Parts: sequence; C-alpha cells; structure tokens
Amino acid sequence: MKFKYEIEGGNFSKAGNASSEVKKILKQLNVPPPIIKRLVVALYEGEVNVVAHAWNGCIYVEIEPERIDVKIEDKGPGIPDIEQAMQEGFSTASQAVREMGFGAGMGLPNMKKNADQLNISSKVGKGTIVELVIFLNGKR
Amino acid sequence: MAEAGFYHALKVDDELCYGCTHCMNVCPTGAIRIRNGKASIRADWCVDCGECMRACPVDAIYVEQDDFDKIFRFKCRVALVPAVLIGQFQSKVTEAEIFSVMRELGFTHVFQTEHTAGLINRTMIEVSREAMQKPVISSFCPAIVRLIQIKFPSLLDQVLRVKPPIDASAVYFRKRLEDEGIDPADIGIFYVTPCAAKIAAVKSPVGEEKSPLDGVINMSFIYNKIYRMVKNRHNNSSISPGEMLPLLSPRSIKHSLTGGEVSGMEGRCLAIDEIHNVIEFLEKLENDEIEGVDFLELRACDQSCAGGVLVGGNRFLTVERLHKRAVRFEGVADIPGDIKAYSNFMSKNLGIGELKPRSMMALDEDMGEAMRKMQQVRHLMCFLPGIDCGACGAPNCQSLAEDIVRRESQLSACVFIQRMMEKHSKLSGEHALRIIEKIWGKNRLDKNCNKKGAENDSE
Ligand SMILES: Nc1ncnc2c1ncn2[C@@H]1O[C@H](COP(=O)(O)OP(=O)(O)OP(=O)(O)O)[C@@H](O)[C@H]1O
Ligand code: SF4
Ligand SMILES: [Mg+2]
Repeated sequence: MKFKYEIEGGNFSKAGNASSEVKKILKQLNVPPPIIKRLVVALYEGEVNVVAHAWNGCIYVEIEPERIDVKIEDKGPGIPDIEQAMQEGFSTASQAVREMGFGAGMGLPNMKKNADQLNISSKVGKGTIVELVIFLNGKR
Repeated sequence: MAEAGFYHALKVDDELCYGCTHCMNVCPTGAIRIRNGKASIRADWCVDCGECMRACPVDAIYVEQDDFDKIFRFKCRVALVPAVLIGQFQSKVTEAEIFSVMRELGFTHVFQTEHTAGLINRTMIEVSREAMQKPVISSFCPAIVRLIQIKFPSLLDQVLRVKPPIDASAVYFRKRLEDEGIDPADIGIFYVTPCAAKIAAVKSPVGEEKSPLDGVINMSFIYNKIYRMVKNRHNNSSISPGEMLPLLSPRSIKHSLTGGEVSGMEGRCLAIDEIHNVIEFLEKLENDEIEGVDFLELRACDQSCAGGVLVGGNRFLTVERLHKRAVRFEGVADIPGDIKAYSNFMSKNLGIGELKPRSMMALDEDMGEAMRKMQQVRHLMCFLPGIDCGACGAPNCQSLAEDIVRRESQLSACVFIQRMMEKHSKLSGEHALRIIEKIWGKNRLDKNCNKKGAENDSE
C-alpha cells in the first residue's frame, strides 16, 4: 500500500502532520506499538529536516506485510558531507530554527538509531533523498 | 480483567433521542452512530468523557446512577465529597453547613475526597523519580486513562500507577472505620461524582480487581437537595451546629482544578485540560515531538473537574470560589496528621495494577487482514463524496468506509451514492427510502410540526 505526503519547507506549524497521518494508519493496521514508535520518530526527524533545511519535499510510504519503506525526497541545498551530517551534534541550523527548539544535530543520528536501514544520497544545490526501512517481523 | 463487559455510565434515552447528529459529531473517539433514528454508543470506543451529553440539545444522554436509597443498605453510610461540590456554593455557606445537611440526608459520615491528595502528591513525586521514561502522566482522570488505553497504548507505561484521591481516600476511610470497630460489611462508601468517567471507573475499575467504593451519587442530584435545605435553614436563621472537620490544605482544595497536581510536582510540568487539547498533545508526545517535560496533568474537562458534566454550577465561578476558599486555609498541612499515623498502611495500598491496552483503532487483529481491509477502505473512499455530512449515520465518509469494511454498514447508506445508483437504475426510490428509514427511523421524513424548531415546538 502506498501513501504520499507533501512537505512545505519553512512551515514549522505543519511539521509532524505527515508523521501523525502515518501513525494513524499503522495503528489501524495493528502494527505493534514499539515498531510504530520507531518508524514515527524516524519519519518525524526526516520531515522536520525538510522543513528546516530544504525548500520543499515529499514523503513516500510503502507498507507491505513484512516491511515499511519510507522515501523522503526534497528539493533543497543538499548535504555536502553526509558522514559529517550523520555525527551527533553536527548542525547547520540557523538561529531562527534553533530558537524553535530544533538544531541539536540529533535528527539524522536518531533516524539511524530507529530505522533498520538508512540510506542518504544528496546533490548539493539540488536536493536530498533519505530512504529508510523498518521490518515488521521484528528482525533488525 | 473483565475487558468484555466494559461498563459505561453514559446512556441514551431512546424516548428522548430524536436522532440528530450533534453527539456523533463531537465524540472525540468517533464512538457514536445513528441507527433506527437513535444515537448508539460503541461500548469499546467510549471513554465516558461526557462530550455527547454536553452536546445533546434534548438531554437524551444521561448518566446512569445508583438509586439514592441504596445508601440505606448500610449501617455506616459514608459520603466522599470532592471539593468541586463545595465550590458551587457561595462562600457564605460553610463546609460544615454543607456536611451537616448531608448527614440530614442520611449519611452517617461525610469525608473529603482530597483528604489524601497531599499523600498522593508525595507518592507521585517518589514514583516519578524512578520512572524510566518521561514525562510521566497522572492517572487522576479516568476518561484520560481510558483514552490512552484506546488511542495511545504506546504511552500506557508512562501513566503513573498511583491511585487517584477518590480510590485512595475510600481505602483510607474504610480502614479507619474498620479500626474503630465497625463491621466491614456495614460500611458503604459513596462518591459524589462530578462526571460519568468516575462512575465508569467505580463500576469497572482499570488496573484493579474491585473498586473500594460501594456506589456513586450524581452530584447535580445532591447539589439541588443540599441547596434547598441550606436555603431553608438560612431562612429560618437557624444556625447549623458546625461540625469539626479535618481541614484541607489550599493545595488539596485545588487538587482537582487545572494545575492542581502540577503545583506540587517536580521538574518541568504541564497541565492540559479539555479532551481535544489532550488528544492534540498526546499525538505530539507519541511522535517524540515533545522534549524535556517531566510530568503531565491531563484532564478531560475544560477547567478540569469544575467543568465535569454533572457539575451544575458555572465552571469558572466554581474555580474562583475554590481559590477564595483555599485562601482561608492558608497554613494547613498538605498531609493531615491523621493520615501520617496510617502512612505504613497507605504506602502498601496506594499502587494500582497494570494498565492494559485496549487498542480499538485496528481494522483487524491480524496485520495482513488489516492491510486488506485498509485497501478496501481506500477503494470505497474513491466512491464516497467526501462531504462528511453524517446522513449515513456515521460521523464522516472515512468512518462509513471503515464501518462498511467491518460489515456494520453498506455503501448505499450514503445518500449521494443512492442518487448515483438511482441514476443508473440500480436502486429504486422506494428502496432508497427504506435504507434511510433504517438509519433515521420510520416515517422520519414525514411532515411533523412538533419537532424541535418546527411550528408547534414548545407549545
Ligand atoms: N534534508 C536536508 N537538506 C539539507 N541539509 C540537511 C537535510 N537534512 C539534514 N541536513 C543537514 O544535516 C545536518 C544534521 O541534521 P540533523 O537532523 O542530524 O540535525 P539538525 O536538523 O541540524 O538538528 P535536529 O535534527 O537535532 O533538530 C543539518 O544541520 C543540515 O546541515
Ligand atoms: S476532568 Fe474531572 S470531572 Fe472531568 S472527566 Fe476527568 S475526573 Fe471527571
Ligand atoms: Mg534535524
């Protein structure tokens, strides 16, 4: 089953809406709460990254009996050094974003921690694609 | 636990209900449908918050209550009175006067629910310090506990397993009376309730085998009785005997108001009232969007218990009056001396058992089957018009689609689908009317000048 959500860059009041929608669906599918939690936390971080760092983007969620695939694709500045971005505490968030309580540099590490697989590809000046997988049968 | 026979205090009076859609549209868990022209509440989705009762234009939703005479089955008849009962009276009516009137009504003892609030507060602080995951959530409001069981099961472990004042005080006073030599079988403890949720919590307790209470008395019922008797006394200028009562501290008096628990807790604490506000916040909490909060006080009613469905007085005035009353008790200790003597007994009895999820969101237990059903729902949504008018007897198109998949309704329940079917000669006008009558009741569309707002209304 496939779902798609648009994300508007810079609009923090809507950040989290897509994650909440996906959460509702997973509850209806009787996915175990710990798995829902992991997916939603990872998805929320990805969603906020698009809002905070990119211009606009899209979330694609595909749910199958044994796995959930998420692709977060954005148009934006891209990430020049992905390895550096993955480090805890690394952040380029603006002052304005920090004042809203984001920018601790914990988003990507948190996604890695919660997803079973995480893959990031990015083109500077064009955009970023974050793909993550969570397995439903508990295998990590 | 007896999950199957889940008791609800909110009932629909089929005589009065005329099948409008007000309750269906306000229910925060989407638990109401219209069938045969009457509202029907889905037992496993209802959290007894009372929103439907507030919304009903003809008072067809009522709270089932114990017959008052039930108290006379006991020799020792205890009323457990929450502060919001007192808060409805003007300040010139004293606590002692209210309680003495209650004894005239037949109670042998009148105790205050918040008597144990200080002790509970201290216990909650201790338990919170040990908590694995923050924020911890208060178990004070039974509607909220049920909401979390149904809608936010992943947060259940964060609910503090400490008894709320109603249960703690019932346990405490029962023990004290027993120690005075009263036969346990003779003691009947009755809670004067501001809401349906507390009734449900007494009749089918969560995380407990059996409630420590013997019954519940509807607050609006008893308020009216007390009000009349107090007024008579004032007219006769007979001064009430003025009974000595253990005093409540200002914080205990305000315990059931918004912020009442937060004021005594440690760390970063938030108080949120009104069930939709709570749902909005719990959504965010579940997404891990909220950071660094230690304690949550969550209440289903606006202005917390001052806004309970059975509190007749204006909730803002009740809050104001309780604040004023509290000032008079400045200096009173949060934990009364008599409780200190029982601290050993209470520390063994303040806990509650495990809270089990009752997740009712799932379309099916089996994940594969649930996925199949969700596909069907999405397919049905291709046809439903997305108008969310409620004419199908469900609150919106999405709910109808889910009901159809659960085999509780059918596509032709939608009036717009009916139109399309008629156009394609798949449904006769006769048949369409029969479907409508099944949802909205027989002869519902006949001319009737007696209905609300029509020519002969209120004549
Ligand atoms: N979608 C994106 N587009 C462009 N840059 C990104 C994107 N996602 C992350 N980055 C870069 O990677 C850095 C680290 O991201 P991460 O999510 O770990 O932290 P953060 O967003 O800065 O802060 P936090 O997530 O803790 O609020 C960001 O500061 C930003 O420079
Ligand atoms: S806030 Fe108080 S009155 Fe309202 S439902 Fe909860 S316990 Fe009952
Ligand atoms: Mg981030």
